[in-house]
Amino acid sequence: MPDLTREETQSLIEEVLEVYPEKAKEIRAKHLTVNDHEVEQSKKCITSNRKSVPGTMTIRGCAYAGSKGVVWGPIKDMIHISHGPVGCGQYSRAGRRNYYVGTTGINTFGTMNFTSDFQEKDIVFGGDKKLAKLIDEIETLFPLNKGITVQSECPIGLIGDDIEAVSKAKGAEYNKTIVPVRCEGFRGVSQSLGHHIANDAVRDWALGKRDGDDTFKSTPYDVAILGDYNIGGDAWSSRILLEEMGLRVVAQWSGDGTIAEMELTPKVKLNLLHCYRSMNYISRHMEEKYGIPWIEYNFFGPTKIEESLRKIADFFDDKIKEGAERVIAKYKGEYQAVIDKYRPRLEGKRVMLYVGGLRPRHVIGAYEDLGMEVVGTGYEFGHNDDYDRTIKEMGNATLIYDDVTGYEFEEFVKKVKPDLIGSGIKEKYIFQKMGIPFRQMHSWDYSGPYHGYDGFAIFARDMDMTLNNPCWSNITPPWRKSEDTQALAAE
Amino acid sequence: MPSVMIRKNENGELLFYVAKKDLEDVIVSIETDTQESWGGSIIIGDGSTWYIDPISPPPTFPTTLRFKRA
Repeated sequence: MPDLTREETQSLIEEVLEVYPEKAKEIRAKHLTVNDHEVEQSKKCITSNRKSVPGTMTIRGCAYAGSKGVVWGPIKDMIHISHGPVGCGQYSRAGRRNYYVGTTGINTFGTMNFTSDFQEKDIVFGGDKKLAKLIDEIETLFPLNKGITVQSECPIGLIGDDIEAVSKAKGAEYNKTIVPVRCEGFRGVSQSLGHHIANDAVRDWALGKRDGDDTFKSTPYDVAILGDYNIGGDAWSSRILLEEMGLRVVAQWSGDGTIAEMELTPKVKLNLLHCYRSMNYISRHMEEKYGIPWIEYNFFGPTKIEESLRKIADFFDDKIKEGAERVIAKYKGEYQAVIDKYRPRLEGKRVMLYVGGLRPRHVIGAYEDLGMEVVGTGYEFGHNDDYDRTIKEMGNATLIYDDVTGYEFEEFVKKVKPDLIGSGIKEKYIFQKMGIPFRQMHSWDYSGPYHGYDGFAIFARDMDMTLNNPCWSNITPPWRKSEDTQALAAE
Repeated sequence: MPSVMIRKNENGELLFYVAKKDLEDVIVSIETDTQESWGGSIIIGDGSTWYIDPISPPPTFPTTLRFKRA
Protein backbone atom coordinates (compact mmCIF):
# COMPACT_ATOMS: atom_id res chain seq x y z
CA MET A 1 0.00 0.00 0.00
CA PRO A 2 1.44 3.40 -0.94
CA ASP A 3 2.12 6.01 1.70
CA LEU A 4 -0.83 8.06 2.81
CA THR A 5 -0.91 11.75 2.12
CA ARG A 6 -1.52 14.27 4.86
CA GLU A 7 -5.20 14.58 3.97
CA GLU A 8 -5.69 10.82 3.84
CA THR A 9 -4.07 10.37 7.24
CA GLN A 10 -6.19 13.15 8.69
CA SER A 11 -9.38 11.62 7.30
CA LEU A 12 -8.28 8.24 8.66
CA ILE A 13 -8.06 9.75 12.14
CA GLU A 14 -11.50 11.30 11.76
CA GLU A 15 -12.96 8.05 10.49
CA VAL A 16 -11.57 6.13 13.46
CA LEU A 17 -12.90 8.70 15.92
CA GLU A 18 -16.38 8.47 14.40
CA VAL A 19 -17.59 5.69 16.71
CA TYR A 20 -16.90 7.52 19.95
CA PRO A 21 -19.54 9.48 21.86
CA GLU A 22 -19.22 13.26 21.48
CA LYS A 23 -17.18 13.88 24.61
CA ALA A 24 -14.77 10.99 24.21
CA LYS A 25 -14.27 11.96 20.59
CA GLU A 26 -13.30 15.46 21.59
CA ILE A 27 -10.77 14.17 24.13
CA ARG A 28 -9.27 11.49 21.91
CA ALA A 29 -8.96 13.80 18.90
CA LYS A 30 -6.30 15.79 20.75
CA HIS A 31 -4.14 12.69 21.17
CA LEU A 32 -3.97 11.74 17.51
CA THR A 33 -2.12 13.73 14.92
CA VAL A 34 -0.42 13.73 11.56
CA ASN A 35 3.27 14.47 11.84
CA ASP A 36 4.24 17.86 10.54
CA HIS A 37 7.89 18.89 10.48
CA GLU A 38 6.92 22.53 10.49
CA VAL A 39 5.48 22.30 13.99
CA GLU A 40 8.27 23.10 16.42
CA GLN A 41 6.52 22.36 19.67
CA SER A 42 4.52 19.21 20.01
CA LYS A 43 1.97 20.78 22.35
CA LYS A 44 0.57 22.62 19.35
CA CYS A 45 -0.44 19.38 17.67
CA ILE A 46 -0.71 16.66 20.32
CA THR A 47 -1.82 16.36 23.92
CA SER A 48 -0.05 13.86 26.13
CA ASN A 49 0.27 12.72 29.73
CA ARG A 50 -3.46 13.06 30.35
CA LYS A 51 -5.88 10.74 32.08
CA SER A 52 -7.12 7.95 29.82
CA VAL A 53 -10.78 8.06 28.80
CA PRO A 54 -12.79 5.67 31.00
CA GLY A 55 -14.11 2.76 29.01
CA THR A 56 -11.42 2.71 26.37
CA MET A 57 -8.79 -0.01 26.38
CA THR A 58 -5.61 1.77 27.35
CA ILE A 59 -2.30 -0.04 27.38
CA ARG A 60 -0.78 1.95 30.24
CA GLY A 61 0.63 0.81 33.57
CA CYS A 62 0.56 2.36 37.04
CA ALA A 63 2.94 4.34 39.22
CA TYR A 64 3.99 1.16 41.05
CA ALA A 65 4.95 -0.36 37.70
CA GLY A 66 7.03 2.72 36.95
CA SER A 67 8.89 2.62 40.23
CA LYS A 68 9.21 -1.03 41.18
CA GLY A 69 9.20 -2.45 37.68
CA VAL A 70 11.28 0.14 35.89
CA VAL A 71 13.54 2.29 38.01
CA TRP A 72 14.16 0.47 41.30
CA GLY A 73 13.50 -3.15 40.36
CA PRO A 74 16.71 -3.76 38.38
CA ILE A 75 19.00 -2.60 41.24
CA LYS A 76 20.18 -6.12 41.86
CA ASP A 77 21.70 -6.12 45.33
CA MET A 78 18.76 -4.44 47.03
CA ILE A 79 15.59 -6.17 48.08
CA HIS A 80 12.48 -4.48 46.74
CA ILE A 81 9.45 -5.17 48.90
CA SER A 82 6.12 -4.99 47.11
CA HIS A 83 4.33 -3.58 50.13
CA GLY A 84 0.65 -4.43 49.92
CA PRO A 85 -1.40 -7.27 48.46
CA VAL A 86 0.49 -10.10 46.84
CA GLY A 87 -0.69 -9.77 43.25
CA CYS A 88 1.11 -6.61 42.09
CA GLY A 89 4.52 -8.10 42.82
CA GLN A 90 3.77 -11.65 41.82
CA TYR A 91 2.25 -10.97 38.42
CA SER A 92 5.04 -8.57 37.46
CA ARG A 93 7.85 -10.72 38.80
CA ALA A 94 10.84 -11.18 36.49
CA GLY A 95 8.80 -10.23 33.43
CA ARG A 96 11.06 -7.46 32.25
CA ARG A 97 14.18 -9.54 31.65
CA ASN A 98 16.66 -7.05 33.03
CA TYR A 99 19.68 -9.31 33.18
CA TYR A 100 22.23 -9.21 35.96
CA VAL A 101 25.29 -11.02 37.21
CA GLY A 102 25.15 -12.62 40.65
CA THR A 103 23.67 -15.49 42.60
CA THR A 104 19.95 -14.94 42.98
CA GLY A 105 18.82 -15.32 46.57
CA ILE A 106 22.36 -14.89 47.95
CA ASN A 107 23.76 -11.54 46.86
CA THR A 108 21.34 -10.52 44.12
CA PHE A 109 17.56 -10.53 44.22
CA GLY A 110 16.40 -9.30 40.81
CA THR A 111 14.00 -12.06 39.84
CA MET A 112 12.61 -12.74 43.32
CA ASN A 113 9.36 -11.41 44.68
CA PHE A 114 9.24 -10.00 48.19
CA THR A 115 5.81 -8.95 49.39
CA SER A 116 4.10 -8.14 52.63
CA ASP A 117 1.00 -10.02 51.38
CA PHE A 118 -1.64 -7.72 52.89
CA GLN A 119 -4.68 -9.35 54.45
CA GLU A 120 -7.91 -7.82 55.70
CA LYS A 121 -6.49 -7.26 59.19
CA ASP A 122 -3.55 -5.29 57.78
CA ILE A 123 -5.93 -2.95 56.01
CA VAL A 124 -8.01 -2.52 59.17
CA PHE A 125 -5.21 -2.22 61.73
CA GLY A 126 -2.44 -0.87 59.48
CA GLY A 127 0.54 -2.70 58.03
CA ASP A 128 3.47 -0.95 59.67
CA LYS A 129 4.10 -3.73 62.19
CA LYS A 130 4.06 -6.27 59.42
CA LEU A 131 6.55 -4.21 57.42
CA ALA A 132 8.90 -3.99 60.40
CA LYS A 133 8.65 -7.75 60.90
CA LEU A 134 9.22 -8.33 57.20
CA ILE A 135 12.41 -6.28 57.25
CA ASP A 136 13.64 -8.28 60.26
CA GLU A 137 12.94 -11.51 58.41
CA ILE A 138 14.77 -10.26 55.32
CA GLU A 139 17.80 -9.40 57.40
CA THR A 140 17.82 -12.92 58.89
CA LEU A 141 17.22 -14.80 55.66
CA PHE A 142 19.17 -12.63 53.19
CA PRO A 143 21.94 -10.98 55.19
CA LEU A 144 23.96 -10.10 52.07
CA ASN A 145 21.41 -7.60 50.79
CA LYS A 146 22.85 -4.12 50.49
CA GLY A 147 19.62 -2.27 51.15
CA ILE A 148 15.86 -2.44 50.96
CA THR A 149 13.24 -0.41 49.16
CA VAL A 150 9.60 -0.35 50.20
CA GLN A 151 7.50 -0.08 47.04
CA SER A 152 3.99 0.96 48.07
CA GLU A 153 0.98 -0.56 46.41
CA CYS A 154 -2.39 1.23 46.35
CA PRO A 155 -3.72 0.34 49.84
CA ILE A 156 -0.70 1.85 51.62
CA GLY A 157 -1.64 5.34 50.52
CA LEU A 158 -5.34 4.74 51.09
CA ILE A 159 -4.99 3.60 54.71
CA GLY A 160 -2.22 6.11 55.47
CA ASP A 161 0.56 3.84 56.70
CA ASP A 162 3.75 5.58 57.79
CA ILE A 163 6.32 3.59 55.84
CA GLU A 164 8.84 6.42 56.18
CA ALA A 165 8.96 6.04 59.95
CA VAL A 166 9.42 2.26 59.74
CA SER A 167 12.14 2.66 57.10
CA LYS A 168 14.02 5.24 59.14
CA ALA A 169 13.88 3.19 62.35
CA LYS A 170 14.91 -0.05 60.67
CA GLY A 171 17.56 1.69 58.58
CA ALA A 172 19.16 3.01 61.74
CA GLU A 173 18.85 -0.38 63.46
CA TYR A 174 20.59 -2.31 60.67
CA ASN A 175 22.74 0.57 59.40
CA LYS A 176 21.47 0.04 55.86
CA THR A 177 19.83 2.09 53.18
CA ILE A 178 16.10 1.53 53.48
CA VAL A 179 14.12 3.59 51.00
CA PRO A 180 10.38 4.15 51.34
CA VAL A 181 8.87 4.83 47.91
CA ARG A 182 5.42 6.40 47.75
CA CYS A 183 4.57 4.92 44.38
CA GLU A 184 0.97 3.86 45.06
CA GLY A 185 -0.55 2.73 41.80
CA PHE A 186 -3.37 5.25 41.77
CA ARG A 187 -0.98 8.19 41.65
CA GLY A 188 -0.75 9.98 38.33
CA VAL A 189 -2.14 8.89 34.99
CA SER A 190 0.41 6.27 34.02
CA GLN A 191 3.73 4.70 35.01
CA SER A 192 5.40 7.99 34.16
CA LEU A 193 4.68 9.48 37.57
CA GLY A 194 6.12 6.32 39.11
CA HIS A 195 9.42 7.07 37.37
CA HIS A 196 9.34 10.58 38.78
CA ILE A 197 8.54 9.39 42.31
CA ALA A 198 11.28 6.76 42.11
CA ASN A 199 13.77 9.38 40.91
CA ASP A 200 12.81 11.61 43.80
CA ALA A 201 13.24 8.72 46.23
CA VAL A 202 16.72 8.09 44.84
CA ARG A 203 17.49 11.76 45.31
CA ASP A 204 16.18 11.92 48.86
CA TRP A 205 17.29 8.60 50.28
CA ALA A 206 20.24 7.19 48.35
CA LEU A 207 22.14 9.56 46.10
CA GLY A 208 23.87 11.76 48.63
CA LYS A 209 25.23 8.98 50.87
CA ARG A 210 28.84 9.51 49.84
CA ASP A 211 28.90 13.27 49.62
CA GLY A 212 32.10 14.52 51.25
CA ASP A 213 33.74 11.10 50.97
CA ASP A 214 36.73 11.36 48.62
CA THR A 215 38.08 7.84 48.96
CA PHE A 216 36.78 6.91 45.52
CA LYS A 217 39.54 7.67 43.02
CA SER A 218 37.87 9.31 40.06
CA THR A 219 39.40 9.76 36.61
CA PRO A 220 38.64 12.47 34.03
CA TYR A 221 36.90 9.82 31.93
CA ASP A 222 34.25 8.67 34.39
CA VAL A 223 30.73 8.40 33.03
CA ALA A 224 27.48 6.83 34.20
CA ILE A 225 24.90 5.11 32.01
CA LEU A 226 21.46 6.32 33.06
CA GLY A 227 18.18 4.89 31.84
CA ASP A 228 19.48 1.63 30.45
CA TYR A 229 17.66 -1.29 32.02
CA ASN A 230 19.77 -4.06 30.55
CA ILE A 231 16.85 -5.76 28.87
CA GLY A 232 18.27 -8.90 27.34
CA GLY A 233 21.75 -7.48 28.06
CA ASP A 234 21.31 -4.04 26.45
CA ALA A 235 23.48 -2.17 28.93
CA TRP A 236 26.34 -4.61 28.49
CA SER A 237 26.44 -4.18 24.72
CA SER A 238 26.39 -0.40 25.23
CA ARG A 239 28.98 -0.44 27.96
CA ILE A 240 31.65 -2.23 25.94
CA LEU A 241 31.51 0.48 23.26
CA LEU A 242 31.99 3.22 25.85
CA GLU A 243 34.82 1.33 27.48
CA GLU A 244 36.52 0.66 24.15
CA MET A 245 36.59 4.36 23.39
CA GLY A 246 38.45 4.94 26.64
CA LEU A 247 35.73 5.96 29.07
CA ARG A 248 35.24 4.39 32.46
CA VAL A 249 31.66 3.41 33.22
CA VAL A 250 31.23 3.92 36.95
CA ALA A 251 27.52 3.16 37.23
CA GLN A 252 24.70 1.50 35.37
CA TRP A 253 21.25 2.83 36.18
CA SER A 254 19.63 0.63 36.77
CA GLY A 255 20.03 -2.56 34.71
CA ASP A 256 22.65 -4.76 36.42
CA GLY A 257 23.22 -1.82 38.78
CA THR A 258 23.96 -1.78 42.49
CA ILE A 259 23.33 0.65 45.29
CA ALA A 260 27.08 1.26 45.54
CA GLU A 261 27.17 2.37 41.91
CA MET A 262 24.27 4.68 42.56
CA GLU A 263 26.04 6.30 45.48
CA LEU A 264 29.16 6.81 43.34
CA THR A 265 27.31 8.44 40.46
CA PRO A 266 27.72 12.01 41.82
CA LYS A 267 31.50 11.55 41.28
CA VAL A 268 31.28 11.05 37.50
CA LYS A 269 32.09 13.70 34.90
CA LEU A 270 29.19 13.09 32.52
CA ASN A 271 25.84 11.38 32.75
CA LEU A 272 24.79 9.51 29.63
CA LEU A 273 21.03 9.37 29.41
CA HIS A 274 19.42 6.69 27.29
CA CYS A 275 15.84 6.62 28.50
CA TYR A 276 15.05 10.31 28.82
CA ARG A 277 11.54 9.75 30.12
CA SER A 278 12.38 7.70 33.19
CA MET A 279 15.67 9.23 34.32
CA ASN A 280 15.71 12.88 33.23
CA TYR A 281 14.57 13.98 36.68
CA ILE A 282 17.61 12.60 38.47
CA SER A 283 19.92 13.85 35.70
CA ARG A 284 18.59 17.36 36.14
CA HIS A 285 19.02 17.04 39.89
CA MET A 286 22.63 15.91 39.56
CA GLU A 287 23.31 18.75 37.14
CA GLU A 288 21.99 21.23 39.65
CA LYS A 289 23.53 19.78 42.80
CA TYR A 290 26.82 18.35 41.55
CA GLY A 291 27.28 20.22 38.29
CA ILE A 292 27.38 17.04 36.21
CA PRO A 293 26.25 17.70 32.63
CA TRP A 294 24.03 15.13 30.96
CA ILE A 295 23.39 14.25 27.35
CA GLU A 296 20.92 12.03 25.62
CA TYR A 297 22.25 9.36 23.32
CA ASN A 298 20.84 6.61 21.13
CA PHE A 299 22.47 3.22 20.68
CA PHE A 300 19.96 1.69 18.26
CA GLY A 301 21.37 1.12 14.78
CA PRO A 302 24.81 2.06 13.38
CA THR A 303 23.87 5.55 12.13
CA LYS A 304 22.63 6.68 15.52
CA ILE A 305 25.43 4.90 17.40
CA GLU A 306 28.00 6.72 15.28
CA GLU A 307 26.28 10.04 15.92
CA SER A 308 26.01 9.35 19.64
CA LEU A 309 29.60 8.17 20.07
CA ARG A 310 30.86 11.39 18.46
CA LYS A 311 28.47 13.48 20.55
CA ILE A 312 29.71 11.81 23.74
CA ALA A 313 33.36 12.14 22.68
CA ASP A 314 32.90 15.89 22.15
CA PHE A 315 32.71 16.27 25.92
CA PHE A 316 36.20 14.88 26.35
CA ASP A 317 39.73 15.39 25.05
CA ASP A 318 41.33 14.16 21.82
CA LYS A 319 42.15 10.78 23.31
CA ILE A 320 38.47 9.94 23.62
CA LYS A 321 37.64 11.49 20.25
CA GLU A 322 40.23 9.22 18.64
CA GLY A 323 38.79 6.36 20.66
CA ALA A 324 35.34 7.02 19.26
CA GLU A 325 36.64 7.01 15.68
CA ARG A 326 38.55 3.82 16.42
CA VAL A 327 35.42 2.10 17.73
CA ILE A 328 33.35 3.22 14.74
CA ALA A 329 36.04 1.99 12.32
CA LYS A 330 36.45 -1.27 14.19
CA TYR A 331 32.81 -2.26 13.95
CA LYS A 332 32.27 -0.88 10.45
CA GLY A 333 32.92 -4.21 8.73
CA GLU A 334 30.72 -6.03 11.19
CA TYR A 335 27.61 -3.87 10.85
CA GLN A 336 28.09 -3.38 7.12
CA ALA A 337 27.89 -7.15 6.74
CA VAL A 338 24.64 -7.16 8.72
CA ILE A 339 23.16 -4.43 6.55
CA ASP A 340 24.32 -6.14 3.35
CA LYS A 341 22.70 -9.36 4.43
CA TYR A 342 19.37 -8.13 5.75
CA ARG A 343 18.69 -4.90 3.91
CA PRO A 344 17.72 -6.60 0.64
CA ARG A 345 15.28 -8.79 2.58
CA LEU A 346 13.70 -5.92 4.51
CA GLU A 347 13.98 -2.97 2.12
CA GLY A 348 10.83 -0.87 1.84
CA LYS A 349 8.89 -2.64 4.59
CA ARG A 350 6.68 -0.42 6.72
CA VAL A 351 6.54 -0.54 10.49
CA MET A 352 4.10 0.73 13.08
CA LEU A 353 5.25 1.14 16.66
CA TYR A 354 3.45 1.66 19.91
CA VAL A 355 5.64 1.33 22.95
CA GLY A 356 6.79 3.39 25.90
CA GLY A 357 9.78 5.30 27.16
CA LEU A 358 12.41 5.96 24.53
CA ARG A 359 11.68 3.35 21.88
CA PRO A 360 8.99 5.08 19.81
CA ARG A 361 11.66 7.47 18.57
CA HIS A 362 14.97 5.74 19.29
CA VAL A 363 14.46 2.62 17.18
CA ILE A 364 13.44 4.58 14.07
CA GLY A 365 17.11 4.97 13.12
CA ALA A 366 17.73 1.25 13.40
CA TYR A 367 14.79 0.48 11.09
CA GLU A 368 15.99 3.07 8.61
CA ASP A 369 19.43 1.49 8.56
CA LEU A 370 17.71 -1.67 7.37
CA GLY A 371 15.83 0.24 4.68
CA MET A 372 12.53 0.07 6.56
CA GLU A 373 10.19 2.94 7.19
CA VAL A 374 8.30 3.75 10.37
CA VAL A 375 4.83 4.92 9.35
CA GLY A 376 3.24 5.31 12.75
CA THR A 377 4.51 5.71 16.27
CA GLY A 378 3.20 6.56 19.69
CA TYR A 379 3.95 6.58 23.39
CA GLU A 380 2.02 4.93 26.15
CA PHE A 381 3.06 7.50 28.69
CA GLY A 382 5.23 10.08 26.93
CA HIS A 383 5.08 13.76 27.73
CA ASN A 384 5.30 16.75 25.43
CA ASP A 385 9.09 16.78 25.51
CA ASP A 386 9.10 13.22 24.13
CA TYR A 387 6.88 14.26 21.23
CA ASP A 388 9.09 17.32 20.61
CA ARG A 389 11.92 14.92 19.99
CA THR A 390 9.80 12.52 17.95
CA ILE A 391 8.50 15.00 15.39
CA LYS A 392 12.01 15.46 14.00
CA GLU A 393 12.67 11.74 13.77
CA MET A 394 9.48 10.73 12.00
CA GLY A 395 8.69 11.21 8.32
CA ASN A 396 6.26 13.92 7.28
CA ALA A 397 2.57 13.00 7.22
CA THR A 398 3.05 9.87 9.34
CA LEU A 399 0.69 8.97 12.13
CA ILE A 400 1.43 9.86 15.74
CA TYR A 401 -0.85 8.54 18.45
CA ASP A 402 -0.65 9.12 22.19
CA ASP A 403 -2.03 6.59 24.68
CA VAL A 404 -3.72 4.84 21.76
CA THR A 405 -6.69 2.66 22.65
CA GLY A 406 -7.01 -0.95 21.58
CA TYR A 407 -9.76 -0.06 19.13
CA GLU A 408 -7.94 2.87 17.52
CA PHE A 409 -4.75 0.91 17.10
CA GLU A 410 -6.57 -1.94 15.38
CA GLU A 411 -8.38 0.42 13.02
CA PHE A 412 -5.18 2.27 12.17
CA VAL A 413 -3.48 -1.00 11.37
CA LYS A 414 -6.37 -2.13 9.16
CA LYS A 415 -6.10 1.04 7.11
CA VAL A 416 -2.37 1.70 7.08
CA LYS A 417 -1.56 -1.99 6.53
CA PRO A 418 2.00 -2.01 7.88
CA ASP A 419 4.30 -4.97 7.22
CA LEU A 420 5.38 -5.18 10.84
CA ILE A 421 4.09 -3.99 14.18
CA GLY A 422 6.18 -3.45 17.28
CA SER A 423 4.22 -3.19 20.52
CA GLY A 424 3.53 -5.07 23.73
CA ILE A 425 2.36 -8.54 24.65
CA LYS A 426 -1.28 -7.48 24.99
CA GLU A 427 -1.32 -6.41 21.34
CA LYS A 428 0.75 -9.27 20.02
CA TYR A 429 -1.86 -11.97 19.52
CA ILE A 430 -4.54 -9.66 18.14
CA PHE A 431 -2.27 -8.60 15.31
CA GLN A 432 -0.79 -12.01 14.73
CA LYS A 433 -4.32 -13.37 14.30
CA MET A 434 -4.92 -10.58 11.81
CA GLY A 435 -1.98 -12.02 9.89
CA ILE A 436 0.48 -9.21 10.52
CA PRO A 437 4.03 -9.96 11.64
CA PHE A 438 4.58 -8.67 15.17
CA ARG A 439 7.51 -8.08 17.49
CA GLN A 440 7.00 -7.53 21.20
CA MET A 441 9.20 -4.47 21.66
CA HIS A 442 8.97 -4.11 25.45
CA SER A 443 11.45 -6.84 26.24
CA TRP A 444 12.58 -7.52 22.67
CA ASP A 445 10.28 -10.53 22.27
CA TYR A 446 12.45 -12.64 24.60
CA SER A 447 15.49 -11.88 22.45
CA GLY A 448 18.05 -9.07 22.69
CA PRO A 449 20.20 -7.18 23.32
CA TYR A 450 19.25 -4.57 20.72
CA HIS A 451 21.62 -1.79 21.84
CA GLY A 452 25.06 -1.27 20.37
CA TYR A 453 26.63 -2.85 17.30
CA ASP A 454 26.24 -6.35 18.70
CA GLY A 455 22.62 -5.64 19.40
CA PHE A 456 22.01 -4.33 15.90
CA ALA A 457 22.97 -7.70 14.41
CA ILE A 458 20.40 -9.38 16.64
CA PHE A 459 17.81 -6.72 15.88
CA ALA A 460 18.24 -7.21 12.13
CA ARG A 461 18.06 -10.97 12.44
CA ASP A 462 14.91 -10.79 14.58
CA MET A 463 13.13 -8.44 12.21
CA ASP A 464 14.00 -10.65 9.24
CA MET A 465 13.00 -13.78 11.14
CA THR A 466 9.59 -12.29 11.92
CA LEU A 467 8.83 -10.55 8.63
CA ASN A 468 10.00 -13.26 6.27
CA ASN A 469 8.65 -16.15 8.30
CA PRO A 470 6.87 -18.63 6.02
CA CYS A 471 4.01 -18.92 8.52
CA TRP A 472 2.43 -15.68 7.30
CA SER A 473 1.56 -17.28 3.96
CA ASN A 474 -0.32 -20.01 5.85
CA ILE A 475 -2.66 -17.72 7.74
CA THR A 476 -5.52 -18.86 5.51
CA PRO A 477 -6.12 -22.49 6.45
CA PRO A 478 -5.70 -25.11 3.70
CA TRP A 479 -9.42 -25.99 3.49
CA ARG A 480 -10.30 -22.35 2.83
CA LYS A 481 -7.65 -22.15 0.19
CA SER A 482 -8.88 -25.25 -1.63
CA GLU A 483 -12.44 -23.96 -1.40
CA ASP A 484 -11.36 -20.82 -3.18
CA THR A 485 -9.68 -22.78 -5.92
CA GLN A 486 -12.70 -25.08 -6.17
CA ALA A 487 -14.98 -22.09 -6.42
CA LEU A 488 -12.80 -20.68 -9.11
CA ALA A 489 -12.83 -24.00 -10.97
CA ALA A 490 -16.64 -24.17 -10.76
CA GLU A 491 -16.95 -20.77 -12.37
CA MET B 1 4.27 29.51 42.95
CA PRO B 2 5.89 26.65 41.13
CA SER B 3 9.49 25.57 41.60
CA VAL B 4 11.29 26.21 38.38
CA MET B 5 14.60 24.69 37.40
CA ILE B 6 16.66 26.93 35.18
CA ARG B 7 19.50 25.45 33.18
CA LYS B 8 21.44 26.19 30.05
CA ASN B 9 20.77 24.23 26.89
CA GLU B 10 23.34 23.18 24.29
CA ASN B 11 23.19 26.61 22.61
CA GLY B 12 23.78 28.45 25.89
CA GLU B 13 20.20 29.74 26.14
CA LEU B 14 18.44 29.52 29.47
CA LEU B 15 15.73 26.88 29.77
CA PHE B 16 12.76 27.29 32.05
CA TYR B 17 11.58 23.91 33.33
CA VAL B 18 8.59 23.15 35.55
CA ALA B 19 8.55 19.40 36.20
CA LYS B 20 5.01 19.25 37.51
CA LYS B 21 3.58 21.22 34.59
CA ASP B 22 5.64 19.37 32.01
CA LEU B 23 6.74 22.74 30.78
CA GLU B 24 10.14 23.33 29.28
CA ASP B 25 10.90 26.35 27.16
CA VAL B 26 13.64 28.84 26.43
CA ILE B 27 13.65 32.17 28.20
CA VAL B 28 13.29 34.91 25.59
CA SER B 29 13.45 37.98 27.79
CA ILE B 30 14.56 38.86 31.30
CA GLU B 31 13.65 42.20 32.84
CA THR B 32 16.80 42.56 34.92
CA ASP B 33 19.92 40.74 33.80
CA THR B 34 22.95 42.68 34.98
CA GLN B 35 26.14 42.06 36.93
CA GLU B 36 24.36 42.93 40.17
CA SER B 37 20.99 41.27 39.93
CA TRP B 38 18.88 38.84 37.94
CA GLY B 39 15.11 38.49 37.82
CA GLY B 40 11.93 40.51 37.42
CA SER B 41 9.42 39.65 34.72
CA ILE B 42 10.50 36.77 32.54
CA ILE B 43 8.95 35.83 29.22
CA ILE B 44 9.41 32.32 27.91
CA GLY B 45 9.11 30.80 24.46
CA ASP B 46 5.40 29.96 24.64
CA GLY B 47 4.59 33.62 25.44
CA SER B 48 3.74 33.23 29.11
CA THR B 49 5.15 35.67 31.67
CA TRP B 50 6.56 34.75 35.07
CA TYR B 51 7.83 36.89 37.89
CA ILE B 52 10.55 36.60 40.47
CA ASP B 53 11.93 39.29 42.75
CA PRO B 54 15.38 40.20 41.39
CA ILE B 55 18.11 38.14 43.02
CA SER B 56 21.39 39.75 43.91
CA PRO B 57 24.04 38.65 43.17
CA PRO B 58 22.82 36.72 40.08
CA PRO B 59 22.43 32.97 40.67
CA THR B 60 24.64 30.41 38.97
CA PHE B 61 22.82 28.00 36.70
CA PRO B 62 21.48 25.33 36.88
CA THR B 63 19.41 26.22 39.89
CA THR B 64 15.86 25.89 41.21
CA LEU B 65 13.89 29.05 41.97
CA ARG B 66 10.33 29.81 42.94
CA PHE B 67 8.45 31.90 40.40
CA LYS B 68 5.09 33.61 40.46
CA ARG B 69 2.68 33.66 37.57
CA ALA B 70 2.58 37.20 36.27
